[in-house]
Amino acid sequence: MTKVKLKSLAKVIRSKNAGPFELTLDIIFPEERSFEKVRKSGALNAALFARLYGLDINRVLSVVEFPAALAIKATLVRPVPSGHLGDGDVYGAQQHAPLLDVEIPLEKDG
Amino acid sequence: MAEYRILSPTAILGYGFPESSFAAGLKKKPHLIAADAGSTDPGPYYLGAGVSFTGRLAVKRDLTLMLAAGFDLGIPVIVGTAGGSGGQPHLSWTAQIVREIAAEKKLNFKMALIHAEIERDFLLTKLRQGKLSPLGSVSAIKEHDIIEAVRIVGQMGAEPFIRALNEGARVILAGRAYDPAVFAASAIVAGFAPGPAFHLGKILECGAIAATPGSGSDCLFGVLNHHSFTVEPLNPLRCCTVTSVAAHTLYEKSNPLLLPGPGGMLNLSACQFKQENNPSGQNRIVRVSGSRFIPAAQYTVKIEGVKRIGFRTVCLAGCRDPVMIKNIKILMERVRERVKDNFSRENYRYYLDFKLYGLNGVMGAGEPVKTTRAHELGIIIEAVAPTQEIANTICGFARTTMLHADYPERIATAGNLAFPYSPSDFATGEVFNFHIYHLLEVDDPCALFPVEIVHL
Repeated sequence: MTKVKLKSLAKVIRSKNAGPFELTLDIIFPEERSFEKVRKSGALNAALFARLYGLDINRVLSVVEFPAALAIKATLVRPVPSGHLGDGDVYGAQQHAPLLDVEIPLEKDG
Repeated sequence: MAEYRILSPTAILGYGFPESSFAAGLKKKPHLIAADAGSTDPGPYYLGAGVSFTGRLAVKRDLTLMLAAGFDLGIPVIVGTAGGSGGQPHLSWTAQIVREIAAEKKLNFKMALIHAEIERDFLLTKLRQGKLSPLGSVSAIKEHDIIEAVRIVGQMGAEPFIRALNEGARVILAGRAYDPAVFAASAIVAGFAPGPAFHLGKILECGAIAATPGSGSDCLFGVLNHHSFTVEPLNPLRCCTVTSVAAHTLYEKSNPLLLPGPGGMLNLSACQFKQENNPSGQNRIVRVSGSRFIPAAQYTVKIEGVKRIGFRTVCLAGCRDPVMIKNIKILMERVRERVKDNFSRENYRYYLDFKLYGLNGVMGAGEPVKTTRAHELGIIIEAVAPTQEIANTICGFARTTMLHADYPERIATAGNLAFPYSPSDFATGEVFNFHIYHLLEVDDPCALFPVEIVHL
């Protein structure tokens, strides 16, 4: 078993509003092999997103795999709605950074 | 009709597009030129204040090219969520720009304005009838939420566009609209199935963002057939790939397979994305099949509303002192206490906040990096209060206090802040919150959205 950072496996890691009250995170892989490896590792689960973003797990609304786009997508309740007092990112476009260094456990031969 | 061709010039009206891409699109003889003009992404201010988040001259530039081309080809030009938020002032603002262009270019046409603002009294009645439900994680709506609302809009589906087209409109400016409907409505009128039509609209509404390299200020061309569609970029620098198009289906949506909209659900679980060659043999086109539209048993319209919570003033400053950076949180607390103490007799209500760029300005309390290695900080002092005067006062007082306050180990005693500008403080005006984000049950998809015909 080795550990590899998500940013070296994925091609796109991004965040954006899904409406003013939710934040959605997309992780898109360059080819089927890396998508499958990360998917099978099970590392990108609701508990991980809850921990990374300091939320109760019931605020992680979904973690969805989308094989047609080689993508895994998570949607969270925004800690502060877009543009409300205390929000620092109205478009939600710069909330992806905690994902970059997430370590994915991989089988050695994988 | 075997195919329906749609030119999407840009992701948002006013974001612009290269004229060469647009000309390449016109050569393909589109049946429609359409653009989405809005989003809730820029936040609640624009809906509340009734202003556009794009510049007037940029919108006029895009519309001038689109209207002239639509007139030349004799095809409709449709704009959805006019003015950025699709309320009454936004629609009137866009209509005025179109009137100017029509006069300058001597164009005559029949224009439809589709209104999307919802009256508070109407909504109160619907609330009492139990026709309103919260969307996603929003809390249930109460009467006072509706009474407090500054502006409420409903998001129209394809039906009001279809009505406007049937009334002979050549140009349609719509208030708040479901983005895909702006592109799909005229294709549905031409006899194409709503599943592929809405899915194509969903991709086209963001212009060339679905291509690679992506861009919000370039064109995308869609060709709709009866069971599938293709998308292709018009700029030779870009390609549509299976991944770029499929990935775009994820964009800004909670669930990529089930996309709810007015009157039904776009179900993409059986979708297939396939690379195709253009006539020159380049892999630049993607064909999408299997998109299905499942009508809902009950038609619902999404409604969006904002309330005013006060007035804001901000001060921009920087700090280049390592000792102050180390002690910034102590300094911030001292400033908060001094402000509170100074106005304790007046009992002002206010919100005072500091954004510290270089520390946690972007992620706030959620920032996982707890100690900064930055050699300088960007600082925004923000005050929000019930009047502009109180906001100006609190922000200005926090600024002068922060400028000269003491902190542990201080060695630079002349001033703590570098101001890039004079004036240092900016009154940004009203502050709004999104507080209505709900679904409204309707019997008639057109009833909320009156179509007004104007002859230019």
